[in-house]
Amino acid sequence: MKGTFTVYRKELYRLFASPVFYVVAFIFLALVGYFFYASVAYYSLVSFQAGSEPFLAQQLNLTDMVLEPFFGSISIVLLLMVPLITMRLFAEEKKTGTAELLFTYPISDRGAVLGKFCAAISVLVLLLAGTLPAMILLEVLASPPWPTIIGGYLGLLLMSSAFVSLGLLASSLTENQIIAGALSFGALLLLWIIGWAESLASPILGSVFKYISLLTHFDNFAKGILDSRDVLYYLLFIILFLFSTLRILESRQWRG
Amino acid sequence: MIEVENLTKFYGTLPALRQVSFTVDQGEIVGFLGPNGAGKTTALRILTCFMPPTSGTARVAGLDCQQRSLEVRAKIGYVPENVPLYMDMTTHRFLTFAAAAKRVPRSRQRKEIGRVMEVCDITSVADRIIGHLSRGYRQRIGISQALLNDPPILVLDEPTIGLDPTQIVEIRSLIKELGTERTIILSSHILPEVSQICQRILIINKGQIVATDTPANLTAQLQRNLRVHLEVEGPENEVLKNLSGMAGILDVKPTDGPNTYLIETRRGEDLRPELARTVVEHGWRLRELKLQDLSLEDIFMQLVTDEEPGEDEE
Repeated sequence: MKGTFTVYRKELYRLFASPVFYVVAFIFLALVGYFFYASVAYYSLVSFQAGSEPFLAQQLNLTDMVLEPFFGSISIVLLLMVPLITMRLFAEEKKTGTAELLFTYPISDRGAVLGKFCAAISVLVLLLAGTLPAMILLEVLASPPWPTIIGGYLGLLLMSSAFVSLGLLASSLTENQIIAGALSFGALLLLWIIGWAESLASPILGSVFKYISLLTHFDNFAKGILDSRDVLYYLLFIILFLFSTLRILESRQWRG
Repeated sequence: MIEVENLTKFYGTLPALRQVSFTVDQGEIVGFLGPNGAGKTTALRILTCFMPPTSGTARVAGLDCQQRSLEVRAKIGYVPENVPLYMDMTTHRFLTFAAAAKRVPRSRQRKEIGRVMEVCDITSVADRIIGHLSRGYRQRIGISQALLNDPPILVLDEPTIGLDPTQIVEIRSLIKELGTERTIILSSHILPEVSQICQRILIINKGQIVATDTPANLTAQLQRNLRVHLEVEGPENEVLKNLSGMAGILDVKPTDGPNTYLIETRRGEDLRPELARTVVEHGWRLRELKLQDLSLEDIFMQLVTDEEPGEDEE
């Protein structure tokens, strides 16, 4: 892992030095803010109506009506934004030739992959932290269930790390950033919606589709349910893609 | 210091290097010379552990480039062709990264960066963004990052390409200066450059080393026939007849200028005194008599073109 921290610091500096981060952060926070406002406004509207309908009032809770849609919408926005952050990580180094510097420094390939991975995660942590004021606002207005919120954020962090690992692989495959972006966006979207094919496929294949879907495993987190299977799924996903990235980088050792 | 044995590299089915072997001793400045696409960059990339050879071994300071890649990399300062740098970083920030990557201890980093910026004369652009700097400065930044942590070996791929004449002179003298205490390998397709800087030249063509020696020896070794330039006032027919009749003269040709002739004599025979005497005896007026040196350029062309028929037979 030699050089992980060195690469991490360099990548973080470059991510913050480029306008991409600021544009992505602005759009991300604006969209998330809108979604939060919409679900809270809807919740208060329904609450007013529930004042005259006791049966409806029993059904109402913050988790189902605000938190779950909130985390769901963040996950969709992340799906769109993460490829924009990860696409340059290796593709740009190859295009500009700096890969030749990076890989002739005494830094191991593992260090390079891990450093870049952690830098992208740090950026995402920062983006997610930017949504915390919404939760604080919720605390002021109502009393939200904090364990659910913590579970939701943990899920978002795991899921976006999985996005990053896939994006990193896409970026290592090509020297063209647009191709890397399109590849990772396409693959993520497919893995996101593949669960929908459950009812169309045979029972066995259907359950496989459902299991490998990124969405299925996130649903529990958004409801505040912490299941070790979901955590394990994301961890395995991350390890698989980081490992593949490493193999792709090492393949320059045997490819002509 | 550097030992290369039977290095072969294929890109797909295209051979870039074929059975290349050479050694470089400590403290030598060696130049790789060859036309574009000869395999210079490939050889340097293998030495710097960027890519492995298809077959053969490369050892740096006794360490195999493939098996002990990280240790080898720590001993080499490398400036790739066209000097790729992180264009959005400032000079100082980039050198900080490079120093950390080359494992300069944190406590020494500031001093070490100051030192290499001093050597390469880039202290004035420490806080400028690299992308905004001129080609000459980038070249210096490239060299300065290679010097971090004081590696015993420097590998420079086309160090003067794309620079203006003043910058070329500056970079060359910088390389010479650095070469006093280090082993340097550089590649170039510019002959005068290599003959000026390097103690030894490896001429490489189509993936093979076709000659290796000091610039002076190469010239001496490959000089075939001596050529003498003669300018003399006298009737052309007579001059031609008399001179070509002399012993040891292979050919006399009038050249473009008025009253000038190019005389080829046999290898190792300097016939200038005899030529002068003949001219004076006939009462012609001698204007100029000069031995024409075979330039490195000529040698290079000879080597590169002479090898071709042989290669087709393979």
